[in-house]
Amino acid sequence: MSASAYVQLVDLAKYFGKVKALDGLSLDIAEGELVALLGPSGCGKTTALRALAGLQALDRGQMIVDGKDVTYQSANKRGMGMVFQAYSLFPHMTARENVEYGLTLRANKTAGDKRKARSAELLELVGLSTHANHYPYQLSGGQQQRVALARALAISPKVLLLDEPLSALDAKVRTQLREEIRRIQVELGTTTLFVTHDQEEALSIADRVGVMRNGRLEQIAAPAELYDRPNTAFVAEFVGLTNPIPGKVSGGSIEVLGGIVKTLPGSISLGSGLALVRPESLDVVASNSGDATVFSASFLGASCRLSVLLADGSRVTAQVPSPDAVGLHAGARVKVSLLDLPVFVKAVG
Amino acid sequence: MKQSIWVRLWRWTIISFVAAYLLVPLYAMFDFSTKSFGLGDKGRNFRAWKMITEQTDLWPAITRSVITAAIVMALIIFLIVPTAIWVHLKLPALRRPFELLCLLPLAIPAIVIVVGIAPLYRWISINISESPITLAGVYSMLILPYTYRSLSAALDAVDIHTLSEAATTLGASISRVIFGIIMPTIKTGIVNGSFIAIALVLGEYTISNILNFKTFQVVIAQIGRNSGTVAVAVSLASLLFVILLLLIIPTKKRQGTVLDVDIA
Repeated sequence: MSASAYVQLVDLAKYFGKVKALDGLSLDIAEGELVALLGPSGCGKTTALRALAGLQALDRGQMIVDGKDVTYQSANKRGMGMVFQAYSLFPHMTARENVEYGLTLRANKTAGDKRKARSAELLELVGLSTHANHYPYQLSGGQQQRVALARALAISPKVLLLDEPLSALDAKVRTQLREEIRRIQVELGTTTLFVTHDQEEALSIADRVGVMRNGRLEQIAAPAELYDRPNTAFVAEFVGLTNPIPGKVSGGSIEVLGGIVKTLPGSISLGSGLALVRPESLDVVASNSGDATVFSASFLGASCRLSVLLADGSRVTAQVPSPDAVGLHAGARVKVSLLDLPVFVKAVG
Repeated sequence: MKQSIWVRLWRWTIISFVAAYLLVPLYAMFDFSTKSFGLGDKGRNFRAWKMITEQTDLWPAITRSVITAAIVMALIIFLIVPTAIWVHLKLPALRRPFELLCLLPLAIPAIVIVVGIAPLYRWISINISESPITLAGVYSMLILPYTYRSLSAALDAVDIHTLSEAATTLGASISRVIFGIIMPTIKTGIVNGSFIAIALVLGEYTISNILNFKTFQVVIAQIGRNSGTVAVAVSLASLLFVILLLLIIPTKKRQGTVLDVDIA
């Protein structure tokens, strides 16, 4: 455990009957960092977030924020700002009143003028100054979540907790708002824990992404590292697309599709295994002597996605830069090989 | 075009029927209360209406009933509503039993309730007070089926879990969550439930009569025994008063937040 960690979650456990919502989760977050927890539903990511907010009691574990043990502190004393998945604005208050609500509750009641200035500043930050006097029912979903973000930030929270705040919004607003969340988070330097099941969301805005499974952290790393160097088969398969291609492993490398590439740590060390190959790690070249056939090709703009039928009858997905894809139409004979990048290899079956 | 005329005609037919259904009895009451029954009297007169002011029993009874209604209102706001919110929020397992409990007063005939609580009220009138205001206790039980249903519907219509969690993370205590956030949110449900409750308090006869309490409704019945026209005039007056009240209250919407207090 690093001494510099601002938030330390140590061995958190929560069991609902036989279900292990959290099963020994440990996680450190540095000050000002944005960590995303990613995982399939039921992996415990929301439980972890709610535990840190104080909304979920734990069976075991310790939580330290800014050097203070908050494990048994009640939720209304923790000073965490939270944005929820469901719309959570108080319906009888205007946007401004919602943002000011947390300030009116502070022990040393923030003076009216100061409060007004603070709410104006935050509504400005989320781009809703003109909507200050609107009631929640007069705001769109995206606007409501912006106000919710401003409300959470108004109390200058120790940690900002985001519980899938974008999942109720449509795709375009989602992309826009997630970039804005990142901009504001960097601007204010607020330590943030972000929970999502959308890997694109996690990979695009987080400093580090933690992949959770069965109440434990499988791997936590910067987005690029998580994608390029997964530690486990679960991470490799959950984050991004992979093609399982059989090969023979020995001495830290695998022989696959007629080439040899290095295996990543955590892979099996000997015998036959399945290399989990990213679509963009496959090289596809038109060749009359090739033993594979393009099954279908779809143009995506900068790149082209190909579905290729290999000699053994299995199908793989490859993604090649569009200029290289000229002539790779359906039915074309091609040669498929691996780019020289390390791959994760899991046991067969 | 042709169809729209028929549709409009149909619409007005229905509206007329409903209007007649509501207004004819009111007119009949007015007609009866202004009819002359004395010998030699002709046409209409407002003798019955003037006699309302001469009923010495009436005004104290109205005051008592209004105070009782106010106490019942207070019990709704400070006891029943927070309890319903608490059950919905923290004790979901108790929702069914609580609902069943709240429905009981509807299942038990009023007369059975009276027989059951008569000894209790004998004790109350000896040891605490003889005032009919003590009826607020029974009434707050009788109104449970109606109040709880409308509260429960209002609570189900909003995501009170998320609202309460949002307020909690912002630093609100549980009493602030209940009185400052959830109650204003379900205001309509509370108002609806309270209206039904007040209507019941001002209209319930069996219990207050058998327990010998002179409430508004008991006094009206007494007046009716002496003079039918006066009783009808009083009834019509109180009906018009309630209708007026119903027309005024909904227009007083959105004026400041309700009940933002911390009672903890």
